[in-house]
Amino acid sequence: MTHAAAAHSAHDDTHGHPPTSTGLDNKKIAIWAFIGSECMLFASLISTYLIYKGRSVVGPYPHEACLPPGCSTPLKAILNIPVTSASTFVLLMSSLAMVLALAAVETKDQPKTTTGEKILGSSKLWLWMTAILGTTFLGFQAFEFTSFVHEGLTIRTNLFGSSFFTLTGFHGAHVTAGVLWLLTLLAIDYRRGLGPKDAINVDLAALYWHFVDVVWIAIFTLVYLIK
Amino acid sequence: MAHDPSHEHHANVDHAAMGIEKEHPTWSTYWKVATILTLITVVEVWIYYIPSIVASRAFVPSLLIMSAVKFFTVVAFYMHLRYDHKLFRVLFTAPLIIAMTTIVALLFLFGKLSARTGALG
Repeated sequence: MTHAAAAHSAHDDTHGHPPTSTGLDNKKIAIWAFIGSECMLFASLISTYLIYKGRSVVGPYPHEACLPPGCSTPLKAILNIPVTSASTFVLLMSSLAMVLALAAVETKDQPKTTTGEKILGSSKLWLWMTAILGTTFLGFQAFEFTSFVHEGLTIRTNLFGSSFFTLTGFHGAHVTAGVLWLLTLLAIDYRRGLGPKDAINVDLAALYWHFVDVVWIAIFTLVYLIK
Repeated sequence: MAHDPSHEHHANVDHAAMGIEKEHPTWSTYWKVATILTLITVVEVWIYYIPSIVASRAFVPSLLIMSAVKFFTVVAFYMHLRYDHKLFRVLFTAPLIIAMTTIVALLFLFGKLSARTGALG
């Protein structure tokens, strides 16, 4: 074995990956580059929504009631702010659970004496919490989509429906992917346990999850609150 | 809690590969950030229901500012961009600037923003 190969092998033994030219794990660089590209994807969806806002010929409309002759039957403003506020709170709390899951994995090998430390140090608990909160958010979204369809708004009804369902649907798909990612981490945690050496893999999932959260922060303001 | 293990150096975490330049925040910081995010969200929803604020010119800018504060708080503390390698900051902020410039440019192009009023149409 050459000196370089031996050095690489020694590094592999210590941290489980070969050294890179930047000194940073390529997976982490890749997830940040991916998140950067996702920023542009959601920017295109958000700008489409904002451009089409207020240009629907027929109702239902997001913030305004629709009365005849614009609508054959009177329709109320369709966005349900209390429900969406609750789902926003749920997603914010899921981000807290996710960052606590990462902290728990990073400190897994440190002794925990008090009950509080044991709770905070349980990666399974926080990963479950994040996945459940993410699923709850998806439940809120399913409820919202279903109620919109019952009130006469589908993706084909008007410009608002098309741009709204596309934007929030894409976000919901990202949350679904995040929940599946969390479930795979949980499966690994149950099978062999997640420890400090796995912190990088949990960090990747956490970065993706927080990104999904910040996208919703933007959507909540731009779509739901600004009239 | 008197003892906070997250405050200690994590010997088995590969700090260099993860790009951790400064020690990540403690659990208590994460809880404080969550409280701040919740409070800002409460204020956002609260002003939505006050007609006088909704009718004022400050409504949209205040919502955008609060949203931006929440956005960058999550990015800085939960995504650890404040603590990690500057390459990650570049990889995130460069596309973000392009994305936000694109949104603003398109809104001007389609007449949703005007240089005269500066308001969302």
